[in-house]
Amino acid sequence: MIRSIDTKIITENIKEMCIEANHYLSSDMKAALDKACETEESELGKKILNQLEDNLEIADKEVIPICQDTGMAVVFIDVGQDVHFTGDNIEDAINEGVRQGYTEGYLRKSVVADPIVRVNTKDNTPAVIHYSIVPGDKVKITLAPKGFGSENMSRVFMLKPADGIDGVKNAILTAVSDAGPNACPPMVVGVGIGGTFEKCAKMSKEALTRPVNCHSKIEWVADLEQEMLEKINNSGIGPGGLGGSTTALAVNVNTYPTHIAGLPVAINICCHVNRHSVREI
Amino acid sequence: MDKKITLPITSEKAKDLKAGDYVYLSGEMYVARDAAHKRLMELISEGKELPIDLKDATIYYMGPSPAREGRPIGSAGPTTASRMDKYAPILLDLGEKAMIGKGRRTKEVMDALVRNSAVYFAAIGGAGALLSKCIVESEIVCYEDLGAEAIRKIKVVDFPVIVVGDCHGNNLYETAILQYKK
Repeated sequence: MIRSIDTKIITENIKEMCIEANHYLSSDMKAALDKACETEESELGKKILNQLEDNLEIADKEVIPICQDTGMAVVFIDVGQDVHFTGDNIEDAINEGVRQGYTEGYLRKSVVADPIVRVNTKDNTPAVIHYSIVPGDKVKITLAPKGFGSENMSRVFMLKPADGIDGVKNAILTAVSDAGPNACPPMVVGVGIGGTFEKCAKMSKEALTRPVNCHSKIEWVADLEQEMLEKINNSGIGPGGLGGSTTALAVNVNTYPTHIAGLPVAINICCHVNRHSVREI
Repeated sequence: MDKKITLPITSEKAKDLKAGDYVYLSGEMYVARDAAHKRLMELISEGKELPIDLKDATIYYMGPSPAREGRPIGSAGPTTASRMDKYAPILLDLGEKAMIGKGRRTKEVMDALVRNSAVYFAAIGGAGALLSKCIVESEIVCYEDLGAEAIRKIKVVDFPVIVVGDCHGNNLYETAILQYKK
């Protein structure tokens, strides 16, 4: 059975999700911050973590964006193959939702139309959109506004197969250590291993949208997530990069088959304002 | 050590600040980031007059979200300071005394702090809602066409910052990490 969905519904949802994601963090992120407040060893680190919690409360109660960098809107849209969109084309509908959300929601317009000419588009469009066709007749949207303090510290490493798991670990720790205070720690570290150059980068971003209390179902990957989190938190970088035992709240790793000649690894770093809103239509 | 300081920061006040001090700032400061710095540098290189007075100025690297009705400003946390590293030593040599941002600076910037008895503060990255509550007034000084990147003058009350780079050559980002590295 084909299900028709008017793209106006997509626009309306995207608009609401832009506003929602920029004012409220998901419960798993809040729980991770609560836990960090208890375990942080540095006094200054503890003070900063408490202020981050206060910040979330103020953002929620007074409707002020959690961070002034309300990001570039990244949209993952999984479209059921039995869905038929009616109305405007889907890309325009998504961008219209971003335009309305960022304008009506008092969010910062941080997008320039051309990377060199750099004139602001004044409505935060266009979004970066990743489409997937999936079984079923539903549409799942994940909207993740991405700030660039942490985005700028992200990396892709094209390792050799001989580098193996140790090479992967080294790549992750190098990216985190280089990011240090610039990426607004405590961070969430998204990692993509395998695929191709662009596939691993996309996986690393998708990994950031997975709840931070949820490990990979693949045993060696779950072990890697745990080991990396421990090593990162032993780096000393701490909250705000000012020293402490909470440098990351989670390391989420996604994997994919790859070529006999390669071992691509991408590390997408997100600050503690790891925003995403998920809806199924 | 917790300290309260009234702006402007002078060389004398900067000399009393040590990396690691937790400071509450009150008074007036400028807000400028990437695009505004680029324009200031163009004016400097052409020998033209600047739209802001750099003497003992504090510049906050920030681009706010739009203010809702009845509020002076929207979310207002620091942006990454390293993007201003190219410009900062020149502005410091021209009188700027304090910068507020987040993240590492180059050796050239840290040397300019020592040379000019100036200071680099970090504000808490990602705490834009909390920090906005310490800003009581905000006006655009120039470059309104840059939107969130326009130069603003803001008035702050007990605005919390941490001394990262002091004029004695200390860098908290380097020293604090060592204490907690395992």
